[in-house]
Amino acid sequence: MYRIAYKKDLNEQVTLMKIEAPLIAKKARPGQFIIFRIDEYGERVPLTIADTDPEAGTVTIIFQKVGLSTNLLGSMNAGDSILDFVGPLGAATDLDGIKKAAVIGGGVGCAIAYPTAKALYQAGAEVDMIAGFRSEDLVIIREEMEAASSRFFLCTDDGSAGRKGFVTDQLRELLEQGEQYDAVFAIGPVPMMKFVSLLTKEWGVRTIVSLNPIMIDGTGMCGGCRVTVGGQVKFACVDGPDFDGHQVDFDELMKRNGIYREQEQEENRCLDCRMQRLADELIRR
Amino acid sequence: MKNMSQYKVEMPVQDPLVRNKNFEEVALGYTPEMAMEEAARCLGCKHRPCVEGCPVSVQIPDFIARVAEGDFAGAYRVIRQTNALPAVCGRVCPQESQCESRCVRGIKGEPVAIGRLERFVADWARENLTGEEVPPVFNGHRVAVIGAGPAGLTCAGELAKLGYGVTIFEALHTPGGVLSYGIPEFRLPKYIVAKEVEGLQKLGVEIRTNMVIGRVESVDELMDEGYEAVFIGSGAGLPSFMGIEGEALSGVYSANEYLTRVNLMKAYREGYDTPIRRSRSTIVVGGGNVAMDAARCAKRLGAEVTVVYRRSEEEMPARREEIHHAKEEKVQFRLLCNPVRILDDGNGNVRAVECIEMQLGEPDASGRRRPEPVAGSEFLIEADTVIMALGTSPNPLLHRTTPGITVNRRGCIIANEATMATEKAGVYAGGDAVTGAATVILAMGAGKTAAASIHEYLSQK
Ligand SMILES: Cc1cc2nc3c(=O)[nH]c(=O)nc-3n(C[C@H](O)[C@H](O)[C@H](O)COP(=O)(O)OP(=O)(O)OC[C@H]3O[C@@H](n4cnc5c(N)ncnc54)[C@H](O)[C@@H]3O)c2cc1C
Ligand SMILES: Cc1cc2nc3c(=O)[nH]c(=O)nc-3n(C[C@H](O)[C@H](O)[C@H](O)COP(=O)(O)OP(=O)(O)OC[C@H]3O[C@@H](n4cnc5c(N)ncnc54)[C@H](O)[C@@H]3O)c2cc1C
Ligand code: SF4
Ligand code: SF4
Ligand code: FES
Repeated sequence: MYRIAYKKDLNEQVTLMKIEAPLIAKKARPGQFIIFRIDEYGERVPLTIADTDPEAGTVTIIFQKVGLSTNLLGSMNAGDSILDFVGPLGAATDLDGIKKAAVIGGGVGCAIAYPTAKALYQAGAEVDMIAGFRSEDLVIIREEMEAASSRFFLCTDDGSAGRKGFVTDQLRELLEQGEQYDAVFAIGPVPMMKFVSLLTKEWGVRTIVSLNPIMIDGTGMCGGCRVTVGGQVKFACVDGPDFDGHQVDFDELMKRNGIYREQEQEENRCLDCRMQRLADELIRR
Repeated sequence: MKNMSQYKVEMPVQDPLVRNKNFEEVALGYTPEMAMEEAARCLGCKHRPCVEGCPVSVQIPDFIARVAEGDFAGAYRVIRQTNALPAVCGRVCPQESQCESRCVRGIKGEPVAIGRLERFVADWARENLTGEEVPPVFNGHRVAVIGAGPAGLTCAGELAKLGYGVTIFEALHTPGGVLSYGIPEFRLPKYIVAKEVEGLQKLGVEIRTNMVIGRVESVDELMDEGYEAVFIGSGAGLPSFMGIEGEALSGVYSANEYLTRVNLMKAYREGYDTPIRRSRSTIVVGGGNVAMDAARCAKRLGAEVTVVYRRSEEEMPARREEIHHAKEEKVQFRLLCNPVRILDDGNGNVRAVECIEMQLGEPDASGRRRPEPVAGSEFLIEADTVIMALGTSPNPLLHRTTPGITVNRRGCIIANEATMATEKAGVYAGGDAVTGAATVILAMGAGKTAAASIHEYLSQK
């Protein structure tokens, strides 16, 4: 059992939790993820490690409530426990030799981009952080991102906060101004990562994306997380989740992520009964 | 009085057309009367050929003699001397190529049903014997076991009986290895696996799930923490794909993924969250136990299922019984046939598989005749799901994170066959991690050998 030590809703859709998992807190490096399972009936769901506190023995996760499992987790509170929490999984982000970088987050992807920005910034690199959201009420971890970057650029689709437009607009402007980056990190919805990669390819800037295929075991045992990179099959849970954005087949990833869409929609219809069952279970625990 | 029938006493099974819609166990097991009747077929041969066919040397004539007398507890004690998981082995061992292949009765007629008898005795003991295990006194030495499959569980059990403090580190959330995530409920009910694991815990073995060694802690770190020896039983879980067009389409699974969703995550059961594709028509590629298990799961989930295998039935590596059961359950077979590409429905889903007919040519390195495509024989099979059951190899995580361990060309950890010692002092390995995908009983044998070596190593230290 892994106890939820702290919970905070960052906005209506996004929740931050600190989970007690001392061994993972000690070992995790930026770019790695965990897999959680709420109870005996739960699926195994991957989430990036947003932060750790090795002394307190906690691991921070920030997640968007998109479907059954993330909504269930979001319905739990500090003091409750989840059944399984395994990690750190995946390869850590390669930050070697990067002196100047643009780190781009889209939506909840900002939570995944943030540890990369923080690690680079703490290592003395110059970091331009570009964060994109649909609107002001969805903005999360703004202060944290500001504190982990040399310059912080906020974009919203509707212009309700920061500049109006997409993260790619901001990035294009910076590149046109002559900024020279050793690398661009882009983490967010698949279309965003795709368009950032197309842009940086034009400019010949190395680009690293963090992929989020559907996973089960996270140890390289099922191949469900396979993605095509540079024409080769890679298992995102062990070979990634970071890959060269210029080589990734994003369209294939988008299609594969949709495989259970219909079933998931049905599941969400019974979210209420599932939540009730979890609540009963928590009382029994 | 000996029973001179040429045939084994039949074991009752669920009706094929009923069981292909449920996940309950196919075989129902002998009654005590049936077991005694079958046991009376054993001649108690002095030269014990059957024992040589068993990788862990179960004293077959001795236990069968006790079954014949109705002394089931005595029979159980005989089996347990050499086999820690008889309820599992009686169900999944390929007896026809092991113990039963050597049975004298098999020369004229069917061999003695050793597997069925072993299963009967183990099941009887589970229901009728209780609280036998008392944890031995801790001898002050701690050993870490990586992986809770048959190899790791056996090694842990043997060491615990000798007084070692044993901790098993398992990557998944449930112990059992392939017994839990791979072999389906209808062939090996999970409560049997859970019961065996419980038995180990009663012996004092600690099992820590959700521990991916190589990530959360390395082998060297375990040794620094005071584990004086380490056994690696991490299996061969890395799936292969064919490398053909269309393998990335939605609806193409590795058998590992499909079986994990069904068995470990219980996607077949109402109330569990893990989704699985609801297929109308499924193609399973391969001819081993894994292919049979995947095919029979897909059938139970409501699909029309076709197994596509590139050689003929004779060459199929699956246990005969599994092939027979699959056929009874109306799984179709397209033999001498191989997929060449998987077709898209236009939305990234599987629509059909293009196959080519094969013919058998000259024998290859494995001694089996090599299948060769027949030019121009391509044809389509409509399907919305494809399951690739093409074999697996060891996961590279452990050897990549453990300096001093070496692997061969196929990625298998190199260990001394007689002792299971790796090239790194204090580190032992066995089971599928060393041999590549093999059998439960061989993995158990390796775990047992390693335990003896570890005992010797730590006694001398
Ligand atoms: C390595 C990795 C790290 C991740 N890190 C984070 C994170 O830090 N924060 C976060 O909010 N999310 C993260 N995700 C995505 C997260 O795992 C999914 O949102 C989650 O699986 C959805 O589960 P669910 O049961 O709530 O929704 P479901 O009911 O399973 O799905 C709802 C919707 O989400 C889509 N979906 C399902 N799985 C995924 C997936 N893996 N990626 C994208 N969309 C998916 C479905 O197609 C569907 O439209 C990560 C994914 C991976 C692989
Ligand atoms: C579907 C299927 C059907 C089969 N049917 C039969 C049959 O009928 N009869 C038969 O004899 N054999 C059968 N086999 C083969 C048999 O199951 C295997 O040979 C046997 O399980 C190997 O045992 P093992 O202990 O070496 O490995 P496994 O059973 O593979 O167990 C390895 C364990 O190690 C864990 N692990 C891996 N890496 C790590 C890590 N880094 N840290 C911690 N833990 C780790 C894994 O999660 C797993 O639980 C079948 C196999 C499959 C897949
Ligand atoms: S363990 Fe397997 S091979 Fe040995 S006697 Fe039992 S069924 Fe036969
Ligand atoms: S070979 Fe057959 S008949 Fe002879 S002892 Fe063994 S099981 Fe009995
Ligand atoms: S999630 Fe199973 S191999 Fe990556």
